[in-house]
Amino acid sequence: MKHLLPVSLRVNGEPYDLLIPPWRTLLEVLRENLSLTGAKRSCQEGQCGTCTVLIDRKPINSCLYLAVEAQDKEILTIEGLARSAEVLHPLQRAFAERGAIQCGFCTPGLILAAKAFLEENPNPSEDEIRRAVVGHLCRCTGYFQIIEAILAAAREMAGKGAQVGH
Amino acid sequence: MPRRARWPGREHRLAIETMQEHSIIGRPVPKKDAWLKATGEAKYADDHSLPGMLYGKLLRSPHPHARILHIDTSKAERLPGVRAVATGKDFPGIKYGNLPQTRDYLPLALEKVRYIGDEVAAVAAIDEDMAEEALDLIQVEYEILPAVFDPEEAMQPGAPQLHDHAPDNISSQSAFHFGDADRGFADSDLIQEDIFETQPVKQGMLEPHACIGLWDNTGKITLWASKQSPYVVWRQLAMGLGIEPGKIRLVQTYIGGGFSGGKQEAMPMDFCAVLLSKKSGRPVKFVHTMDEVLTIGHLRHPIKIWLKTGIKKDGTLLAQHCKIIANGGAYSSIGQLSMYIPGAMLNLPYRLPNVKYEAYRIYTNNGFCGAMRGHTLPQICFARDSQLDIIAAKLGVDPIEIRLKNAAQPGEVTPNGFRLTTFGFTECLQRVVEASQWREKHGKLPRYRGIGIGCGSLVSGARLMGHSSSTAEIKVQEDGTVLLVTGSTDVGQGADTVLSMIAAEVLGVQLDDVRFAMVDTDITPVDPGTFSSRVTFWTGNAVKLAAEDARRQLAEIAAQKLEANPEDLIFRDRQVYLRQQPQRGLSFGELVRLAEYRLGRIIMGKGSYTSGEELIDFRTGYGNMSPAYTPSACVVEVEVDPETGQVTVTGIWGAHDCGFPLNPMLVRGQVLGASVMCIGQALYENLIRTQGKVMNPSFRDYKMPLATDVPKLANVEHINIITRDPSGPFGAKEAGEGAATGVIAAVANAVYHATGVRIKSLPISPGKVLFGLKEMQGKGNKPANLVKG
Ligand code: FES
Ligand code: FES
Repeated sequence: MKHLLPVSLRVNGEPYDLLIPPWRTLLEVLRENLSLTGAKRSCQEGQCGTCTVLIDRKPINSCLYLAVEAQDKEILTIEGLARSAEVLHPLQRAFAERGAIQCGFCTPGLILAAKAFLEENPNPSEDEIRRAVVGHLCRCTGYFQIIEAILAAAREMAGKGAQVGH
Repeated sequence: MPRRARWPGREHRLAIETMQEHSIIGRPVPKKDAWLKATGEAKYADDHSLPGMLYGKLLRSPHPHARILHIDTSKAERLPGVRAVATGKDFPGIKYGNLPQTRDYLPLALEKVRYIGDEVAAVAAIDEDMAEEALDLIQVEYEILPAVFDPEEAMQPGAPQLHDHAPDNISSQSAFHFGDADRGFADSDLIQEDIFETQPVKQGMLEPHACIGLWDNTGKITLWASKQSPYVVWRQLAMGLGIEPGKIRLVQTYIGGGFSGGKQEAMPMDFCAVLLSKKSGRPVKFVHTMDEVLTIGHLRHPIKIWLKTGIKKDGTLLAQHCKIIANGGAYSSIGQLSMYIPGAMLNLPYRLPNVKYEAYRIYTNNGFCGAMRGHTLPQICFARDSQLDIIAAKLGVDPIEIRLKNAAQPGEVTPNGFRLTTFGFTECLQRVVEASQWREKHGKLPRYRGIGIGCGSLVSGARLMGHSSSTAEIKVQEDGTVLLVTGSTDVGQGADTVLSMIAAEVLGVQLDDVRFAMVDTDITPVDPGTFSSRVTFWTGNAVKLAAEDARRQLAEIAAQKLEANPEDLIFRDRQVYLRQQPQRGLSFGELVRLAEYRLGRIIMGKGSYTSGEELIDFRTGYGNMSPAYTPSACVVEVEVDPETGQVTVTGIWGAHDCGFPLNPMLVRGQVLGASVMCIGQALYENLIRTQGKVMNPSFRDYKMPLATDVPKLANVEHINIITRDPSGPFGAKEAGEGAATGVIAAVANAVYHATGVRIKSLPISPGKVLFGLKEMQGKGNKPANLVKG
């Protein structure tokens, strides 16, 4: 028999009561128990950032985070970011509109990391953005359009309008 | 740094022309699926699951070379939770592969294993942990055989032999001679000979390979998988299973990056998923771990390149002789083509009358190699364009001048028969020199900073043996929307968007009106797949023809209704109207309903495109491989830390003749992404293998570029050279892979310019740079940029 632990998670504002083995990672529980597959499984060792979700507004690699540790914490996944299907988050819009998404496998993690970062630093420089996303690999874009999208979203969120870039 | 192009007149004219001529084409619109990807809704293979699904795992060889004496799976089968186990004997023993002479791969090994990671057995269990546990219970008795890892050793008499059909471990070879190389060398004023070496590099896509297989009780097989070339997989799966392809349905999922990292072929996991499903009566899912992805085959070929070039005093190239030896690893994959390409394109984008080429791809007990973004061209361009700079320095010629002097021109035919229709290479050079401020920088930057150029060329899809054509079907629906069905996949490069833009442009609807279908072999038309930068050109032409077919049908009906000539009708902005009297017309949706409801017609357009080119004769190497070729030029600026030897790329400027950019934003993304990948290969990426064992099978140790490793936005520019190829859809050619082919050479040349150290083996690691600097200090030399001339 497996040892199962009761865990209460709050994901995207919804409460979930689960019975899970204590060694299950948050990534596994999100994807397999809750069918929230927006967080991606890639390196599974904290190197690529595709599994990033926000816990109490801070980005973490959910492949290295046990689900039981998330008890009573506020978890945000990419599925919970947009206010509605029509009203996407400015970062989601900027990524889509500025060519920051190619294969898209890195996208959910990067958008969430960028969200947490912009809350701390609403008016970042290009270099600060680079450092903020250094835990995220993207093999398709070469990062330029991602950096441009984050700059654009920052300006929009700061209310300066969306005229950004070059 | 001015980031706008400096020829505003021309750019401006072009923008206006585009706007007048096209309503959709040429605009930087977002990728169609970007919204789904931004919200996490796009489902990749691992995001799918089916009721009752089992989880599969593969047992891999721990030995580089061994005979399989016996496999005992009984303990694994008895483990509770295990539902099925498979070994090579469960398959018919038919080898599969791309070409008849290169079919050397089995779904699971039968008699021998040939590299560490070779697949030996598979299990399906109720969860992944259970499947892993079962692998430990499979007992394989091996007789260890001597192994060989170095291709030059593997070619020696008496070396361990990997495959019975391949004496001296020669996996494939290619040799040709055009013009008269001996004569060319005899007429030369300077002959330069060098050896260059490139390292094993991984595609590094973030999505691991994944699939779900189902073998139902009527014998019909379905595979849901992340595949960039689904029809190749479909055909190979049938081949290895010994059944008709018609029994197989392959359904493509969203693809998290391709780069030919395995998603273009059938893999052991695909065979095992369907076979274990047959055995267990349940769907079976396989997902590779990143450790597996980095350990198994599908690498970029590491190549040793010997290159001899003969040149006149004035810088005119006369002859080249090139020999290459590639470490092919344990199996063929697409290796035969990998060996033809470097010779066939050795000269491009330059004019070279006399070429001699010999290539050997050698089997060794390593993970096998195949294609990767740009195939084998980044390697050969690194060698050739590095050597061109060595020659330029010896002749005292500027690196740009020597390239301009030898630039191939449109209308020329290369000695091996490539017909250059449009070829804006000279303009690439001129524009990149301006953008990078080459003249202000070359020879004038402070110590340890340098600037270098590298150039390359690529095909717009290749005409190969076997099935080469692309087909598109268009169904116009009663609400005025359009369903576009092709056999091509979007791997992130933007095929979904660009192909839809072509359809929308022809039919005069909005981009959002076009729905782009993913490949499902039960529904979509057969297609060779996504490789060789062929989709925009080949499938794009097919889409254009299909859309024109549908438009013709609609135009006839509209002409009757409007009492006009079909040729006088304009399809634009969801309206169909008379060119001379725009007020006379009807909406696109109305027209479709008129056709369907009143006339009982269904509007479906079809189009197929195959390039009219003759096939390449691979024995002689002669023939025109592609309907169009793209040249590119890239300038890179670097800074070298003399204490650590670390090289930082501080600027990159590229120009590329893509014919016409159908969507400039997507073109830019492709070019920059491919360029950064090549910066990774130039400076640090390296799959380290010791006695056949991969020592860095993780993203922690296999170093790919990060956001902090790329230049500042202000120092990055990509320029599209517009030549409008007559046979490309709306003038478009390849865009992306080609623009990066010269990047590695540009980095190497910039490092030389910064330090005086010429590095001929990749990666240009800090150790090599430091060693070079020490050696120079010993000789009392100064960095090249401080030397005049
Ligand atoms: S999957 Fe978690 S960091 Fe890569
Ligand atoms: S878009 Fe493919 S990995 Fe970032």
